[in-house]
Amino acid sequence: MKLIKIKELLQAEVITGEESLDEEITFAGGSDLMSDVLAFGKPGILLLTGLSNAQSVRTANIIDAKAIVYVRGKKPDSEGIQLAKEKGIPLLSTKLMMYATCGLLFSHGLPGVSSLAE
Amino acid sequence: MSEEYVLSQDFEIIGGDFSNAGKTSTTIKEILQEIGIDPSIIIRASIAIYEAEMNVVMYAHSGTLTLSISPKKLHFRLLDKGPGIKNIDLAMKEGFSTATDEMREMGFGAGMGLPNIKKNADRFEITSTLGKGTALDILFCLNKAGKK
Repeated sequence: MKLIKIKELLQAEVITGEESLDEEITFAGGSDLMSDVLAFGKPGILLLTGLSNAQSVRTANIIDAKAIVYVRGKKPDSEGIQLAKEKGIPLLSTKLMMYATCGLLFSHGLPGVSSLAE
Repeated sequence: MSEEYVLSQDFEIIGGDFSNAGKTSTTIKEILQEIGIDPSIIIRASIAIYEAEMNVVMYAHSGTLTLSISPKKLHFRLLDKGPGIKNIDLAMKEGFSTATDEMREMGFGAGMGLPNIKKNADRFEITSTLGKGTALDILFCLNKAGKK
């Protein structure tokens, strides 16, 4: 699913990375806990989070996340935005809450980072 | 360790400095990318070092991380000055945590740090002295690319 489709589905605002909306996203994971993102995240993940400090972007960069969608209308601070620009990580923000964000993307065919079969 | 290192660099990490937490790991990832380390090793090393850095920020007064690179391996040694770890076996258990609310607000302190370092590293050693600090040795073999 292209990032632009995700933006439309979630009626999200693009904070940075407008030029990367054509990127293909193949799976996602949602957590406010960066400890879990570091433990279970995989390169290429679309990270859905309500944690809006700079740590969210630093964590995304460490695990080679493809992009971040902030839920509940959150937006990162200027330091987070600056790092995302430097590293080319698109940042989006949706007013939807975590459950609705995940459900909407999942029901449109975007799988999670893990499945019960693993 | 008698092996010859082609690069050795120290990084200072300040305990309690939450706003800069993660910057050292971000820099180290850039260095590893610049010298052309295999991406599958970079991601494992970056995750391990980020967890280790967060532990210093959360629990210690200060820490020195030494990155040493030889043709065969990446060696990270992290020496911190801090309270030390009372029970290392317990600290190595997933989910065990002594984190404060402030740490959890940062998205950390879930008790996954040390187990996740061990999971990602090719070799991991930890020693700790109560009231003095903790020493970590985290190693990655460079001739063993691919998933661990």
